[in-house]
Amino acid sequence: MTHFIDRRLNPKGKSLGNRQRFLRRARAQIREAVQRSLKDSAVADIDKGRKIKISAKGTREPRFRLDPLEGGARDFVLPGNKEFVPGDEIRKPKSGDGGQKGKQASDYAEGEDDFEFTMTQEEILDIFFEDLELPNLVRTTLKETPSRTWKRAGITTAGSPTQINLIRTMRNSFGRRLALKRPRLSDLKALHAKLESAEREEPQTEATRSRMAALKEELAKAEAKRKWVAFVDPLDVRFNAFTEQPVPTSQAVMFCLMDVSGSMGEREKDLAKRFYMLLHLFLKRRYEKVDIVFIRHTHDAQEVDEQEFFYSRQSGGTIVSTALEKMLEIQRERYATADWNIYAAQASDGYTQSGDARRCVEMLNNDIMPLCQYYAYIEILDEREMEVFASEESGAELWRAYRTVAEAWQNFATKRISKPADIFPVFRDLFRKEEAAA
Amino acid sequence: MRAAPLFTEAEWDFATLDRAYKAIEEIAREELKLDVYPNQIEVISSEQMLDAYSSLAMPLMYNHWSFGKLFAREETLYRSGYSALAYEIVINSNPCISYLLEENTMPMQALVIAHAAFGHNHFFKNNYLFRQWTNAEGILDYLAFAKGYVAACDERYGRDEVEAILDSAHALMDQGVFRYSRPPRPSRERVLEKHRKRREYEAEAYSELWRTLPAGIEPPSAPPIPDPEDDDGEMKLPEENLLYFLEKHSPALKAWQRETLRIVRTLAQYFYPQKQTKVMNEGCATFVHHAIMNRLYDKGYITEGALLEFLHSHTSVVYQPEFDDKRYSGINPYALGYGMMADLKRICEAPTPEDRDWFPAFAGNADYMAVLKDAWANYRDESFIEQFLSPKLIRDFRLFALHDKAEDAAYSVSAIHNEDGYRAVRSSLAKQYDIGIAEANIQVVAADLKADRRLVLQHRMHRGIPLHEKTKNLVLAHVERLWGHDVGLEEIEAG
Repeated sequence: MTHFIDRRLNPKGKSLGNRQRFLRRARAQIREAVQRSLKDSAVADIDKGRKIKISAKGTREPRFRLDPLEGGARDFVLPGNKEFVPGDEIRKPKSGDGGQKGKQASDYAEGEDDFEFTMTQEEILDIFFEDLELPNLVRTTLKETPSRTWKRAGITTAGSPTQINLIRTMRNSFGRRLALKRPRLSDLKALHAKLESAEREEPQTEATRSRMAALKEELAKAEAKRKWVAFVDPLDVRFNAFTEQPVPTSQAVMFCLMDVSGSMGEREKDLAKRFYMLLHLFLKRRYEKVDIVFIRHTHDAQEVDEQEFFYSRQSGGTIVSTALEKMLEIQRERYATADWNIYAAQASDGYTQSGDARRCVEMLNNDIMPLCQYYAYIEILDEREMEVFASEESGAELWRAYRTVAEAWQNFATKRISKPADIFPVFRDLFRKEEAAA
Repeated sequence: MRAAPLFTEAEWDFATLDRAYKAIEEIAREELKLDVYPNQIEVISSEQMLDAYSSLAMPLMYNHWSFGKLFAREETLYRSGYSALAYEIVINSNPCISYLLEENTMPMQALVIAHAAFGHNHFFKNNYLFRQWTNAEGILDYLAFAKGYVAACDERYGRDEVEAILDSAHALMDQGVFRYSRPPRPSRERVLEKHRKRREYEAEAYSELWRTLPAGIEPPSAPPIPDPEDDDGEMKLPEENLLYFLEKHSPALKAWQRETLRIVRTLAQYFYPQKQTKVMNEGCATFVHHAIMNRLYDKGYITEGALLEFLHSHTSVVYQPEFDDKRYSGINPYALGYGMMADLKRICEAPTPEDRDWFPAFAGNADYMAVLKDAWANYRDESFIEQFLSPKLIRDFRLFALHDKAEDAAYSVSAIHNEDGYRAVRSSLAKQYDIGIAEANIQVVAADLKADRRLVLQHRMHRGIPLHEKTKNLVLAHVERLWGHDVGLEEIEAG
């Protein structure tokens, strides 16, 4: 079985490094292509790999090529002649005709203006969220449980057997054995062999016998020495050392407020949910320590879990301020501003019980905005409404009320969404990095 | 006397592989008298095969984004079912490494062993191009050195810098070989010794201090390590090996950049014989596997079922679509190579009067293996076709030659498979495989190091075919980066 080596268990993905180099190289084109490809797709599909087509610009690998279409003459041979005889003429297909000539032409021409390949979900989300961040994130106090990681800290002489550093250990052992002249196994064997051959000698003369005695003595010495100069001595052993180091984190909580009342049609709810799904993905990927609180409301607000928030149905009247109250209540209970960055995103169709909008504005101005790092309000409209409310100025009651808040607070943002294609751009707009915006 | 079959199932295991290998080896060595490097056969998974594809089918390779691009493309094609993976990859090294895909059935594994581990292997070891121009002993060590060197440069000079140099070097890879003068072939020890020295120097010359220098100031470049294989550094013009010229004479490059160019040109030279022997190499391997599989069956080592599976695969490999077929994408090297070699065997064993007329030297020569081995050892695609393509094969393939002038609206048929046309078709086809004609012939003709440092390249056109304009300018930009000064290119008729 000397000829075969089973490599199947060797690590695969040797090309991963090269793939990352390629993605990095084509970053600009890929980013563009990812945005384009995500624009029209459902958010639910975002967590799938997909084919991406990028222009070859930036990743071209030009070589000198001959261009026989431009000039000169050549001869070439083809297989499968059917009816041609010498002197026949075959019309050259015009470029774009496809067929045989087209294929040949592409051998010579630029060939690859577009390049298509598959990207994994990870790679796509990385790129999509690349330059987004939670605005105004402040490092608040390091609370009692900062996260910790293990870092390498050189080599020690004590440790657990699983952390033994074989290379260092054996190097030490080798050096010590050399220095103390530990007889090698092969030396012992040679002595044994000599002794044996002496024993077999006939006749056994005096000289032989004394040689044998000397050999035996030498052998005994060597064996004794091998005993007290150990192969691996505790002195030799080294361990990899690790120390625990605290990693400073900033804590943040995101309140997701969604109107699920009867006035929100299925379409509106669907849009809102998609927006939150994206937000959810974004926070999960980019921030290890972000709490997310889901609050949904009709005429009454409840805190729910992720599953309920995205997938259950409910209906009723609309009182937006109940959600804000709920949020404040939770914040007071669990998220002290000294320790937490507080964010909120609210989605609604803009309708609320008359008079409630005023109350909302009061709450926002007096209680909520002083606590919040950032507050995003997303209004879901249908497309007809979108046309009516083309300008930022006009809108339903809640929108007009919130505009006043936006004027007063810089970290309050309002956006409108009317179709799935709006979600990605609006999302990017809301969470664009400060530098990028400047 | 028929032996018991070595295997009856499609599933394979290592014991069966070993038995099959022994049977195949016996036939290859005893009956076909093939002369091969020792074999090292490795079984890999499909992901690993994709990995291998994208590093130019070498087991190790320095890192570069273009390999990642290749991988992305291959993976997409493979996953969406456009292309199947190769059954094997074989590397011209000593020992000769072949990769088998784990998904192959047992008959396919036998076929692949015969094809790669004996067919290709014999060709690598015996063909004069490979013997003269590549160094099978040292290639893996060299690649290990190259990978380490590029990684060290990445670390020290920054990835962008290194990628820029590699981009430019890759653009000139086709012009980075010695075509006519044989490159010196240092022994493996000398190569290793040199690498060791280089690395040692790098390590010694490295000083923390250099990192504190303001940007733009470079540590002193390596002193020229006296290198007996190099010439005295004098410029010899014209020079066909652009990468060599730039490595030696560019005023703009630093020591590590020169070494990087050297790595790329060493690789280019290593792959150069493979480009010139596609037809012969595949033909040889296909002929050998065909002979061996049939002998295995004759001896009773494989069942009829296995033989049929082998024949199915064999016939699809050597299928040649006709020019007007949708599947046509050039002449299939397997088909042409195998066709010619099987035809040589026929000419030796059962010559027609026509064959005796055309091939008096060996028609009717009973020892066809001697004729084939001579061809495998001493020819490349172009000369092999010019010498051995028979009228019968031209008829079988129904080959016809076209004449194409760029300004004409139509091709004209200049010769077909008839008495008057055989020779014309044959030499026309042979020329198609002449890499000196198929690739642009570009030479450095002038470099003014004293005055404006302008570098002049010359494209010696064959029959007036110019360079593709757009790519020409892109490549010239790369040459300018490596040369550091103005570069001009003139196109002249070489006559």
